[in-house]
Order: sequence, then C-alpha cells, then structure tokens
Amino acid sequence: MKLTLKIWRQKNATTKGKIQNYQIDGIDPDMSFLEMLDVLNEQLINKEEEPVGFDHDCREGICGSCSLQINGEPHGPDRGVTTCQLHMRKFKDGDTITIEPFRAAAFPVIKDLVVDRSSFDRIQQAGGYISVNTSGNTQDANAIPIEKEDADASFYAATCIGCGACVAACKNASAMLFTAAKVSQFALLPQGEIEADRRVLAMVEQMDKEGFGNCTNTGACEIECPKGISLENIARMNREYLKASVK
Amino acid sequence: MAKSALLKSSLAKKYWMALTGLFLCTFLVGHLLGNLQLLQAVGPEAKDQFNEYALFMTSNPLIMILSYVTYISILFHAIDGVLLTIRNRKARPHGYESFKPSTNSMWASRNMGILGTVILAFIIVHMNMFWAKMKFGGLDNTIYTTESGAEVKDLYTITLQAFQDPQYGLIWVIAYAIAMLAVAFHLSHGFASGFQSLGVNHPKYNGFIRKFGMGFAILIPLAFAVIPFYIHFILENI
Repeated sequence: MKLTLKIWRQKNATTKGKIQNYQIDGIDPDMSFLEMLDVLNEQLINKEEEPVGFDHDCREGICGSCSLQINGEPHGPDRGVTTCQLHMRKFKDGDTITIEPFRAAAFPVIKDLVVDRSSFDRIQQAGGYISVNTSGNTQDANAIPIEKEDADASFYAATCIGCGACVAACKNASAMLFTAAKVSQFALLPQGEIEADRRVLAMVEQMDKEGFGNCTNTGACEIECPKGISLENIARMNREYLKASVK
Repeated sequence: MAKSALLKSSLAKKYWMALTGLFLCTFLVGHLLGNLQLLQAVGPEAKDQFNEYALFMTSNPLIMILSYVTYISILFHAIDGVLLTIRNRKARPHGYESFKPSTNSMWASRNMGILGTVILAFIIVHMNMFWAKMKFGGLDNTIYTTESGAEVKDLYTITLQAFQDPQYGLIWVIAYAIAMLAVAFHLSHGFASGFQSLGVNHPKYNGFIRKFGMGFAILIPLAFAVIPFYIHFILENI
C-alpha cells in the first residue's frame, strides 16, 4: 500500500505545531495502524529525522495508551477498536490519512501525537475507588451476593480503559462518559454504595476543574468508544449526582 | 458542597436545561391548542371565540403564573445555553484539521445553539408583533364587546391582517415556517436529550421516549406552521 500521511508535528508543549506530509510505501494491509507508524519512524530514523511521537503500550486494546485522531475520528474509522487494533486493510491504496492528537484543553499536547491525559487520573483519584482494608485480611468479594444484572452493568462500565476517545470525539470535549463509567462501576455494587455520594460529587467537581466541556447528549462518545461504554452510564451519573446534591 | 454543586456544576446546568426545555414543550402544546382556533371560517363567532380566549390567557391568575414561568424558562434556557457554549468552546481551544462528527452524531444535536438562536430571534419578533401589542396597549383602540358581553381586544384581526398583508404577508408566513423548522430540529434532539439529562434512561423506555420525541418534534411545529399558510392562502381576507 502506498499512502500519504498528514501528521501533526509539534516539538514540545510550548512550541507551535503544524501538519506535515509524509509519503509511505510498501505497507502491508494486515499491519496494524501503529505498525504502519513504526515503519514510518524507522524510515525517519534512517534519514536522521525526528521520529513521530505517539503513545502505545499493550497493543492489544486493553491498556488505553494509544490514542490518535485518524481522519477526523478517534481511533480511526473502525468501530469498537483502539488504534492498535485498527488494521491498514480498513484503508485503500493511495489514501491520504490525517493523523492528529486528541484535542482538548484538558489534554495538552506533550509532543507530536502524545497528549497528557493525567486529568483522567486526577478525576479517578478524586473518588474513583473504595476505601477497603487491603492489609491481608480482606473479605472475599464473593461473600456479598450481587444481582447478575448489576454485576454485569458494573462490569461493562469497568471495561472503560480511559483512553480519552470520548473526549476527543465530543464536539464539546466533555469527559462525562469516562467519569460516568468510573462512577457507575462502583455505584452499582454494594461495596461502592457507602461512598457513592461523596464519590460522584468529588469526581464531577474534578472533571469541571480540569476544564472539560459540558455534555450535550450528542452521543458521539458512545459511538466512538472502543469499549462501547453506553450513554446509560451518563444518565446513571446524572441520577447519582442529583441524589447526592439534594441530600 | 452539595448546595453549591447544584448551582454551579456542569451537571446542574444540564438539569436546568432539561427542566426548562421540557417545561417549554408543555407550553408549546398549550399555545398550539389556542392557535388551532384560527383554523375556522372568518366571522364574528371565530373572532369572538379567539379574542375571548386571548382575554382569558392574559387575565386568568393561574395562566399568568404559568406565563411568567414560561418567560423565565425561555430566558434561563437561553442564558444557560450561552454559558454552556462558552465553556464548551474553551474546552477545545485548538480544533481539528479533520473532524467528522457526522459519522457519530446527528446534525441537530450538534447545532442546538444555532437552532436556539433562530428560535430566540423568532420569539422576539413574534412577541413584538402580537404579545406586546396585547400587553402594552397597542390594541386599546380595538376594544369591543363580544356576543357574550366580554370586553376584549381584537387580537384576532391583528393576527389575520399580519399574515394576509398584501405586501409582507407571505414573507411573514415563510419566516414563520422557517422558525417552526428550527423548532422541529431543536426538539428532534432536545426532547429525548432532556430525559437523558435528568437521568431517565432505561432500555425498556428509551425507544418510546425517542419515538415520542421525534413525533412531537414533527407534529407540533407542523401544526403551528399550517395555521399561517391557511390564513394566507385559504382563509378569506379580513
């Protein structure tokens, strides 16, 4: 495959970046998108040019490290996959592919396509946990019976890998799907109930502080989420927050 | 924390947006029922009926309370919308070179602000043409006594004249239709969105809410829009 790549290049957080064009040849349709970028970077290194910076880790769709806005969509045109699971067969020979970092005030660019997503960590730290004793005499989780429906819904919410595609896809750069998933995974379980009010108030407060936009229910996040986290979670967070606010 | 959270947070803005928006949906139904009285042949009965209704709407204490809630809702909904838009613009200071929102969301859902602005402009013109005249003495010289003995202002004639005006009538009809189109698109997202914001989301009811909202978004503005066309093209000139 022969491709034209339009890639956002930015030296560091303080310099201004710009889109730069690259021609690349000999790409196998069965390569993953990141492998295609690896090939490009090898060529750049051989030419003694600066390779393109991008985030990646597990390359099997579970760590949430890889990001990239590909042709106007987070994680590219495929549904239910992260960029590392996106394959070049989804593109055509001769295509022009625009690759940009996720854009949000709360996700500042560090270099090229790498953005700082620690705002998500701070939302999580604000309340996305349960306070339990983990000193060795922890109670067996199975000792508390939990309804199958609740366990499933909690599990689905917990499949959020915190990649930030929801923010990148949202026209308002809102982080509500992420925050809602993290609120939901605990709110549905008896272990999470005890701190439920404090959790939702603190996490939403932190989310607002980080400068994310407001949800206008366009539903873009749900469609682009590689894990298919549902808008149902945002509704649950809205309920939880309302409940906690009026108490 | 809880109290300030309910006033300032992003979620609180959503609640207010949803509550005022859904309230305004009920207002639309009431307003439409009143307007539908214009769909009858010109004559003293039609005139008396409509004008007595207009008198009732401006003098009944319960309706007056409701109308003030409506004014406040419109203002709050609009101000909240502006605040949301400002914050949302700030949340992405650097836009994308390539952005394809049409692949993952509906046009109306992304353009509620533009649609809302069109509707607000319409409301201002609309209130200036009819409501302000009714309220602030513009119709005082038209006062007459109806068959049943009520002293009313002749809003009926003013309304028909506006849409039957040989010079501007058709322009008003078209402008009205455009505004109703904006209302339709606004509601096509807003109705179901309001429920989602208030946390009403359940697989059992989502389909119904969405379909009902879509039906509401099509039928209500359509029924509103039919009236000026009827007045201009079908009804005999007053």
